[in-house]
Amino acid sequence: MDPDVSRPIERAIRTKLTDTLRPDHLEVHNESHMHAVPPGSESHFRVLVVSSQFEGLPLIQRHRLVNETLKDELKSYVHALAIQAKTPQQWATNPTLAKSPPCMGGSRGDNTVEEKQKAGRE
Amino acid sequence: MNSLIRATARCLRPGSAVYLTRQADTRMCLTPGQRFLCSATGIKKDLAEIVKKDKVVVFMKGDPSQPMCGFSNAVVQILRMHGVDDYASYNVLEDQRLRQGVKDFSNWPTIPQVYFNGEFVGGCDILLQMHQNGDLVEELEKLGIRSALVDTENKSK
Repeated sequence: MDPDVSRPIERAIRTKLTDTLRPDHLEVHNESHMHAVPPGSESHFRVLVVSSQFEGLPLIQRHRLVNETLKDELKSYVHALAIQAKTPQQWATNPTLAKSPPCMGGSRGDNTVEEKQKAGRE
Repeated sequence: MNSLIRATARCLRPGSAVYLTRQADTRMCLTPGQRFLCSATGIKKDLAEIVKKDKVVVFMKGDPSQPMCGFSNAVVQILRMHGVDDYASYNVLEDQRLRQGVKDFSNWPTIPQVYFNGEFVGGCDILLQMHQNGDLVEELEKLGIRSALVDTENKSK
């Protein structure tokens, strides 16, 4: 499914993770609507990456790989990034997407989130 | 293990009440008039000391009695389930220099952040997975902390 061209950050996340980690399975979910940010935001994401590049790596290293891949987005538009990083075997054993906890409103009035939103619009 | 996951799901449901027998020891970075040193070096130096001062250190939004973020709340709830009440927590919403400083210090872009014995463990996702796969019980054991869930599992057998 082609991502909507009006969602550039989602598209960038998908492209970068695909190019860098060559995943067997990839899901990129924009969860901004679950948080206290304006409609249409691209600030909160959940990614599920299934890649053989994670073989033998502890969780923290896997997450650092994902963070490094998306460092530009994390410095600018993306305020929160939930990560599931699995090997193909782990995914085959348990093919489930984790759910994010309910928002507690921390982004409301958060200047850094507002600044990132503004940067995104500009 | 399934019972742990179900218990976690109950815990993370909005409005769920988990009674603490002892309030987590919240060490506020900032008391009125207190500030970190202005320079980036100052923050880094402070953080290097802070993460080693306590066995378990959490940088979060809000504090354990009132988390301001679902992911930070998840960390608090997981620690609570394991009976870990005595840990240091720092509210990054109170100081933007701390908020950015800890991200630079850990080389980790998001909050919450968890440290065990001065070593960066990860964020909410990693702590949750450690909880679900049993690693958290082991890691707490290494810190000399006996998880409350060990006793719970033993009782249920």
